[in-house]
Amino acid sequence: MDGLSLIKAASAIGAGLAMIAGIGAGIGQGYAAGKGAEAVGKQPEAQGDIVRTMLLGAAVAETTGIYGLVIALILLFANPLFG
Amino acid sequence: MGFINNLIDKMFLEDVNPEAFAPKVYEVAGLPIKSTVITTWVIMAILAIFAWLSTRNLKEKPKALSLQNFAEFIVDSIQGLVDSAMGSGKQKYVPYIGTLILFLAFANLIGIVPGRDLFNLYTPTADLNTTFALALITFIAVHVSGIRAKGIGGYIKDYFEPMPFLVPLNIIGAIADPVSLSFRLFGNMLGGVVIMGLLYSVVGILIPGIASLYFDVFAGVLQAFIFTMLTMTYIATEVD
Repeated sequence: MDGLSLIKAASAIGAGLAMIAGIGAGIGQGYAAGKGAEAVGKQPEAQGDIVRTMLLGAAVAETTGIYGLVIALILLFANPLFG
Repeated sequence: MGFINNLIDKMFLEDVNPEAFAPKVYEVAGLPIKSTVITTWVIMAILAIFAWLSTRNLKEKPKALSLQNFAEFIVDSIQGLVDSAMGSGKQKYVPYIGTLILFLAFANLIGIVPGRDLFNLYTPTADLNTTFALALITFIAVHVSGIRAKGIGGYIKDYFEPMPFLVPLNIIGAIADPVSLSFRLFGNMLGGVVIMGLLYSVVGILIPGIASLYFDVFAGVLQAFIFTMLTMTYIATEVD
């Protein structure tokens, strides 16, 4: 196996591994959504504010997953190792 | 391996070409111009023409369903958003926040305009240059309004809170804000563009349309909202 195919194979595996970052984002978003549902159950009249705050928190929790996605996309489509 | 090759041949109507997800590069006077720049100008033209048309004959009592009525509704809701997110007395930030949310909403939704091959429209926010420029404007707005509100001494003193040896951490935290803002928007929109491009090359009809509702419309509107909400939160926490 020549060097280039080795780098290609390793990059593909690395892109897959980078997407493990999605686990953290999923846990965070699920936690935010669960707490949001709890809050709406307690105070149905404040639903608008709760949904807005929950979306903000969910998007912030998503950030780390997005970093993983950016790394994976770089490895697949703009790989700096190919020279 | 033969089976996998067959599967890939069946799955993709044509060869997947990473160039299809990349913006087209034009040459203008020897300088490379990406199609994201052209799309940004198109969006600016749309917004400017809308603003001109809707404020041409200002009336005291505009007719229902007139453009002026619609523009007043947009301005009203942005003022309400700034009021509820930043607290009262922050109305001077309405122009910036309004510009940001209108531009981002159009920029994130321009991917669903059909005929991408014809006009070469490319989601401007799927380019790190655009998102980082926007985040840099927010960064400057945050720190300039912080210095204005607290004075230069109070502003610098904030970096020594709660303990003096945390200065490096506070500085890194201040720099991390625009980086995370720009990467969040860029990653979301580029992910949407790449996934939609792959889907279009797998199936031609129906399924990309349904997926586009989530990846383009929902994610686009949500990310435009998130970017402006975080900008308002950063400014409000720096000023108070």
